[in-house]
Amino acid sequence: MLDIPLSVLAAQVFTGLVLGMIFVLLAIGLSLIFGLMTVVNFAHGSFYMLGAYFGFFLLGFTKSFWAALFLAPLMVGCLGLLIERFLIRRLYGRSPDDPLLLTFGLSLILIETVRLVWGKIGLTLSPPPLLAKAVNLGFMVFPTYRLFVLGATIVVLIGLWLFLERTNVGLIIRAGSRDALMVRALGIDLGRIWLLVFGIGSALAGLAGILAGPMRGVYAEMGVNVVIESFVVVVVGGMGSLVGAIVAGVLLGQVVGLTTFFAPKLTEISIFVVMAVVLLVRPSGLFGETGLME
Amino acid sequence: MATSLIRGVTGWINAHPLMSFVVFFSVFPLWLPSTALATQILIFGLFALGFNLLYGYTGILSFGHAAYYGLGAYGTGIALAKLGLGSIWLGLACGLAAALVGGVIIGFFCLRRRGIYFAMLTLAFAQLLYFIGFHLADLTGGDDGLRGIPQLRVGLPGFSVSIESSFAFYYFSFVLVALAVAGLTRILGSPFGAILRAIRENSERAAACGYDISRAKLLSFVFSAMFTGLAGSLDALRLTVVPIESLYWTTSGQVVIMTLLGGAGTFLGPFVGAAAFLALEYRLSLITESWPLVIGVIFSAFVLFLPKGIWGTLTGGRHGHQSA
Repeated sequence: MLDIPLSVLAAQVFTGLVLGMIFVLLAIGLSLIFGLMTVVNFAHGSFYMLGAYFGFFLLGFTKSFWAALFLAPLMVGCLGLLIERFLIRRLYGRSPDDPLLLTFGLSLILIETVRLVWGKIGLTLSPPPLLAKAVNLGFMVFPTYRLFVLGATIVVLIGLWLFLERTNVGLIIRAGSRDALMVRALGIDLGRIWLLVFGIGSALAGLAGILAGPMRGVYAEMGVNVVIESFVVVVVGGMGSLVGAIVAGVLLGQVVGLTTFFAPKLTEISIFVVMAVVLLVRPSGLFGETGLME
Repeated sequence: MATSLIRGVTGWINAHPLMSFVVFFSVFPLWLPSTALATQILIFGLFALGFNLLYGYTGILSFGHAAYYGLGAYGTGIALAKLGLGSIWLGLACGLAAALVGGVIIGFFCLRRRGIYFAMLTLAFAQLLYFIGFHLADLTGGDDGLRGIPQLRVGLPGFSVSIESSFAFYYFSFVLVALAVAGLTRILGSPFGAILRAIRENSERAAACGYDISRAKLLSFVFSAMFTGLAGSLDALRLTVVPIESLYWTTSGQVVIMTLLGGAGTFLGPFVGAAAFLALEYRLSLITESWPLVIGVIFSAFVLFLPKGIWGTLTGGRHGHQSA
């Protein structure tokens, strides 16, 4: 075996885990929206990018990272609401490709607008002083901010789980992604649920963006690869499955983290290899149901 | 009156697509001030034509056509610049072969899933190729692109022609693109073409009629990849360079935009769309650096309000893809 100190390897595994959390946040939003509305939101990566840029703007404006962390996803969520209500809603009933095409156009618009407003050069988003140091966990030293991202994501996931499993709205969302026609027949206005889910999904992407900003840098194209990566996570986990998104997000975080360490040139390629293998062995994904929502 | 005249003219053009193509593009550079732009429109029109076979006629949306475009370009470029093959025909054949192999392998994987899954999977595989191209710098030139592709003389039985002048290159491309257009009219006019349209309208019904739709889709995918690959090969010869961006997602996005602007599912729409896109890019980039913003707005407006595209609206055609 290679002679690697355990603490270095542990740090790598932890870094991969934190990256996995970002993947999970993104993939859950994408998967929720797709599961309920059969819309692939190509602008998901742009929402992630906007989360980071709004965070940067709010940080300068309020001087508080915590205010920015709370408000930036909210702003992205509101933008998502507007986009669903006034643009994507017009396309329901047309080919399912059309929302994908429209959100592709929107992502071009969002990227260029950000370039116009904030310039072409990337920005630096600094974590708050409280989280800027590193902690000694006994077996390794790890940046506090990354631990915070890990903790924050877990809290959000628990909240989301409670919302989906324990509230009436959550019940309607789950029922709607099983059989939208039946839910409508019961007299429930799914249009408002769609709006809400699109908002939540966008806000989660925005949250992922501001959380990732201090770790991965802030630039206009930061969302492009992310939308592809998070789609790969959804394919591996199984479309519409929240457990699948979490497991696949963590798994792919590890795959990326470990290839970065052992074979840096293969980093970008590694997740596609995992995807190809999953498609060959289990085309519907690790937790997906066959034939669901195609 | 005016409308019926337009309908009459466009109707005749649609009834004779190959002849219309030949007549229009044989004199195109004589009145367009820039031969370079004319060549670009021809080559990107072919690219969009290949994409349209899959999206407009078979009803499956690929978001990763940069893969076959790039494979064609690198296949030809590597054959001529790195392997030093002495014939332009061999170079083109290598580009086509690369696109063919890529189309078969990627098509096999992506066609395991349908609908929107398919679109995103093609995009993922195209990005995979981009990263491979990026890291195989010895072969592809990596980030700097592949340089030094020679514009060899075109060898024909008994004589050979230089294509170094932009005018000569235009007509060299014109002949090849015209052959491709002729090939596509044959494909679409055949029983196989009818099966593709049946899949677009309703794939369950097509399957119930006893057609092997998986095979037909894969075949359509591979044909589409080869038309696209030829466009990539020609572009490599035109530029004498293959930039790494030819494999990037923006290239896939460009062909989607061109085809929708022109009119998916119409035969000549891709050429109209390529001309509209390139003319817009050419004009707008002189005025503002943010020209992709304008393109994004126009494209989004087309998806919302004019899904038939320019040519489809003029000829009263239908939206290319309606079945779910």
